[in-house]
Amino acid sequence: MADEIKKLSSQLAQDPDSLVFLRLGELLRLKGQFDAAHRVAVTGLERHPHLADAHDLYARILADKHDYERAFDEWDMALRVAPTHVGALKGLAFLYFKIGDVEQAAAHLEAAQRAAPDDPGVAQALALARGGHAAPPAPLAPVEESPAPAAQPLDEARVFAGLEGAEEGLLLLDASGRVLGGALKNSQGQDVTDAVAAYLAGVSQEAARTTKLLGLGKWTGVAAEGRLGHVHLTAPTGDALLLVVRDRAVPMGRLAIIAQRAAGAARRWLEAHG
Amino acid sequence: MTATAGYGQALDLITRVGGVRGAMLVSAEDGIVVAEQLMEGIKGTAVAALAASLSTRLRRAMEAAGVGASLFWHLQAEQGALLVVPTPNGILVVAVAEPDVNVGLVRLELLRAAEVVG
Repeated sequence: MADEIKKLSSQLAQDPDSLVFLRLGELLRLKGQFDAAHRVAVTGLERHPHLADAHDLYARILADKHDYERAFDEWDMALRVAPTHVGALKGLAFLYFKIGDVEQAAAHLEAAQRAAPDDPGVAQALALARGGHAAPPAPLAPVEESPAPAAQPLDEARVFAGLEGAEEGLLLLDASGRVLGGALKNSQGQDVTDAVAAYLAGVSQEAARTTKLLGLGKWTGVAAEGRLGHVHLTAPTGDALLLVVRDRAVPMGRLAIIAQRAAGAARRWLEAHG
Repeated sequence: MTATAGYGQALDLITRVGGVRGAMLVSAEDGIVVAEQLMEGIKGTAVAALAASLSTRLRRAMEAAGVGASLFWHLQAEQGALLVVPTPNGILVVAVAEPDVNVGLVRLELLRAAEVVG
């Protein structure tokens, strides 16, 4: 394997656009060299952002590193590019098992089986799922599995799954400022989710009182321009509050469109979660 | 020019824009009306208090998010809008507008008014 890694690395150095990064990244992953595999996958994705196999590779590496939220996003992205991608379907099934959603796991495995009826791994996992087992064999990671992650973070990530900025520029809060999903990071990459959420508690109610007092009907959004970035607030349902943050390069109108899409995702999520 | 005359001039800049129902200058710190030109029926004191409170929350949230203090914000509603420019000296320049107002134009006049107010 070491020789092949060396050979593929050399090929990739000579032709950075080559698809050998897929095989190289997979070999590094199998060897447990996750950081190197991660670098290869990210570089490959930068050059081939619409290649489902590249998202699948990256997701497997993230899953091996127990970064299940981002793995979910990458597999979800792979399916958007290639809706019958077997690797992505198996990967998502694996994650659904992790959070105990056997029904969704089985549905993804059934889709994988329709796409690859001769894949013995899919058939085996599906049999386990239908038998009501707690977890299928890890379909991807060769390394020892850690305990299953807490269900909540993955569930939260799914609010905005597949949306641009889901992990650093979108936030869904309840009326009291409790974070229901998404996350915010500042330009230094620091997580500022809780601080921002605390300041926004009660904004939805104040906006409603203001527009009522002015006879303006229901409030639909707050758009704000900052020195370094823009924000858009909207209420996807009732007292819930959605915040979108982007840098100043994103025009306010574009921000409103992003907010509208995110609000749709938030509404669906809120309806599904009661 | 006296401060009062300056305030009147600032408010004139805003209220002459079509679709603007009124304008106010509000103390950001305590939500007190400093000057106003509002159409009849708008409760200036209550709107000023809520605008100041919303402005404070937004400023703090935006600073925490790392996008800096707000230069302009716009509360959109089904039948109109509240548009606000905070000034460096703690005054909020506020406009109440109809739903079909030219937001870009009002924003420009609010910024000009903010310069007049100082």
